[in-house]
Amino acid sequence: MKKLSKLYVSLVLLFLYVPIFVMIVFSFNTTKSRSVLSGFTLEWYAKLFENELILKSLGNTIIIAVCASIISTLLGTLAAIGISRMGKFGKATVLGINNIPIINPEIVTGVSLMLLFVFFKARMSMEFGFTTLLIAHITFDVPYVVLNVMPKFRQMTPHIYEAAQDLGCGPFKSFIKVVLPEIMPGIISGFLMAFTFSLDDFVISYFTSGPTSQTLPITIYSMTRRKVSPEINALSTIIFVVVVIVLVVKNIMERRSLNVKKYADDDSAEIIE
Amino acid sequence: MDKKFNIGQKLVASPYIVWVAVFVVVPLLMVAYFAFFGDEGKFTLEYIKSVGQYSDIFIRSIWMAAVATIICLLISYPLAFILSRMSKKTQSTMLMIVMLPMWMNFLLRTYAWMTLLGNEGLINHLLGMIGLGPFKMLNTVGAVILGMIYNYLPYMILPLYSVMEKIDPSVLEAASDLGCNRIKAMFRVVVPLSIPGIMSGITMVFVPAISTFIISRMLGGGGNMLIGDLIEMQFLGNAYNPNLGAAISLVLMVIVLIIMAAMHQLDSSDDDRVLL
Amino acid sequence: MTLKRFLTVFLAGCIFAGCLTGCGSNKAAADISVEDTEYYQKFKDDGISINVYNWGEYIPDGADGSVNINEEFTKLTGIKVNYSTYATNEELYAKLKAGAANYDIIIPSDYMISRMISEDMLEEINMDNIPNYKHIMDKFKKVEYDVEERYSVPYTWGTVGIIYDKDTVDLSEDEIDWDVLWNSEYKDDILMFDNPRDAFAIAETMLGYSLNTEDEGELRASAEKLKEQKSIVQAYVMDEIFDKMSAGEAMFAPYYAGDAVTLMSEYDNLGFVMPKSGTNLFVDAICIPKGAKQKEAAEMYINFLTEPEVALEIAEYIGYSTPNAATFELLDDEIKNDGISYPDDEYLDMHTTVFKNLSPEANKLMQDLWTEIKSDK
Repeated sequence: MKKLSKLYVSLVLLFLYVPIFVMIVFSFNTTKSRSVLSGFTLEWYAKLFENELILKSLGNTIIIAVCASIISTLLGTLAAIGISRMGKFGKATVLGINNIPIINPEIVTGVSLMLLFVFFKARMSMEFGFTTLLIAHITFDVPYVVLNVMPKFRQMTPHIYEAAQDLGCGPFKSFIKVVLPEIMPGIISGFLMAFTFSLDDFVISYFTSGPTSQTLPITIYSMTRRKVSPEINALSTIIFVVVVIVLVVKNIMERRSLNVKKYADDDSAEIIE
Repeated sequence: MDKKFNIGQKLVASPYIVWVAVFVVVPLLMVAYFAFFGDEGKFTLEYIKSVGQYSDIFIRSIWMAAVATIICLLISYPLAFILSRMSKKTQSTMLMIVMLPMWMNFLLRTYAWMTLLGNEGLINHLLGMIGLGPFKMLNTVGAVILGMIYNYLPYMILPLYSVMEKIDPSVLEAASDLGCNRIKAMFRVVVPLSIPGIMSGITMVFVPAISTFIISRMLGGGGNMLIGDLIEMQFLGNAYNPNLGAAISLVLMVIVLIIMAAMHQLDSSDDDRVLL
Repeated sequence: MTLKRFLTVFLAGCIFAGCLTGCGSNKAAADISVEDTEYYQKFKDDGISINVYNWGEYIPDGADGSVNINEEFTKLTGIKVNYSTYATNEELYAKLKAGAANYDIIIPSDYMISRMISEDMLEEINMDNIPNYKHIMDKFKKVEYDVEERYSVPYTWGTVGIIYDKDTVDLSEDEIDWDVLWNSEYKDDILMFDNPRDAFAIAETMLGYSLNTEDEGELRASAEKLKEQKSIVQAYVMDEIFDKMSAGEAMFAPYYAGDAVTLMSEYDNLGFVMPKSGTNLFVDAICIPKGAKQKEAAEMYINFLTEPEVALEIAEYIGYSTPNAATFELLDDEIKNDGISYPDDEYLDMHTTVFKNLSPEANKLMQDLWTEIKSDK
């Protein structure tokens, strides 16, 4: 049984990883062939770093992702605070609308925003470009922030906020001192989720970007529609390596923080005893 | 609690509410407007009616997305179960390894399959060495379904894993103590407990699969159109007709809503949505 | 701790980005000479940029040792170029018509130019700002799509034919005509145009109709012909043919002569047939869309692309035929005489037709039929 499940897991992993490894191997191939290996070269990597279009769109992607995730974290956290104070009906309505961009097919969100921006463009001369792309990204990021922060309010010790006020803190101070630390994990995971969604989004950006704000996924898409150079394999390899590094670092940090927490918990337990 | 302050706290949500109203609700109303009003601003059902011409595409899309979703479920279910029974430490590492490909841009992942499946691609090349093929794999319905499975498999694994992880091993032990064999325990205990995961996995795979236009374009060769292709074609593609595009989008939304509602009915428990 | 974790992730990303941008090197400047350097200095220090929307694979971009034309333009004029690409005339039309972007330069084909003129989508070009217009050959001036020379400056021209793989096709060049694309012997080895006008033109030629027919019956019959072909077509593609034909994925692909020349120069096994039953002769010309923000800078860009030496770089790299008389003089005899890029006048007169813009009704019908063809099982 154990062997069988090991075999099964490895088969699924094989399915998930074979395409990626093939791309990595062929990114070092001397010819453009995608089925015959003919020699080792770093030429495609050198070309990639000379490709201004790719570098520029990478820059655009990062700027958009950073701005969109910061703004949507602020917007979403404030929203979660407000929503948690609403009555049952208000809460249900707002959360229902909050779910729309999550449930709706991406292409419909993209198309609907495009129609809105065209309307804006005709009346307020707002061009397709950075602004429209940023608005679109914030729009699909915010719901995830709200969904990550909301449960933290539910988990919060009831009346802790009032307790802080009874002990003489002003409303603002008691929020900073008491509420914020409680909801912080939700804020951070919401931010990270927003950031990664923004980095990777293609469909919505495809409909809402302009000539000055091509993001990396859009550039990759137009690359796949033309004469394809093994540069694209080199790009995949680099992205893969970066992702691996980031995830490994993240995992190590997490494990360490878990250990620290465990010790801390043990300590506090002792103190209470 | 201080009532005035309570109202003040509600107000902090107002920027968000304005945002959602302007950038979520209004755009959807605009889609509806385009679907029902022609160029001269006159109400018409012409566009909604002409969506009927494309019922074949709707049926094909639903069918292909359903097949992909079912295969995803069949692959993911045992995998998620095996993962959830591993030691905690291995679990987190394994989970990371399973999720890692998802972090790569999906266009690049799909492109990778393009190079693998081609007539002169690596798979046919390897098959050729043992005297088989070449098989036509790229630009087929099968290739599109494969692309869907590959891209959306992690969306199925994660929700399944996160419900199974919560199933206490002692529950399974109890089942076997009470005379269930492994398979019986699986169906009597694990499956019912994992229903919420199954439901959220199905929606998370089905919705993107039914509306994709990239996978069908890259792996289907442009001859295997899906609803997403049809919509894209009307807005930024070779047949400019935003009114028809809006009408198709509206129908797609209704289909998705119906499916979500059905899933919600089946999954009566009112848990939080299982998120990524 | 969690914050720290996030910071690490974030920093890693930044370092990666920084490294990438830092590593981008400046290529050695391969200077292109222009006739009047003074002309290009007007906006030198204004820090403006223009948005150029061009076909894919339609300008030298520095790949394979070519000169990066957009970079050279920026160096010369100080005007930055935001460059993006489309794959078909219809895509360009949709993008402009939807109002979903603002461009300063576009390069549509003849019939699309007349359509855009008739729908008031183009800005008039001030020809005084384009001294290089004098280099354009007379036969490309005052042409039907722009009789008064107000909206366009020709960029390239060419014909449509069939690219085929000599290694796998057992027919001689003489035996190949449009009907091979309907021959079920070659099932799944045929690529087909992924845009309505070019696809319809092939069906219309085979059925003996005019390439500019507006007759509903003829258009519907052509659509039926294209549906009939669908079961043996491997894929509907545009510039993907570069990849597919060079990798030996397919035997036949109808495409533009210029791209065939580019492919054949790299792959000896590929050939190009100019069908005797008739084909399309096209001109792609540079235009300025309505509402362009930097009209004068755009005119400067048009003038730059029309510089004899710049146009030479372009013609040599993309393989399309040049309408520029001075550039033509500079071309190698080998290219002039290869018979593909510059077919003799007899072939052009006897076998080719230029697309005209169709009536709005015919355009609408063709679009709808195309959606129908593509969505057909």
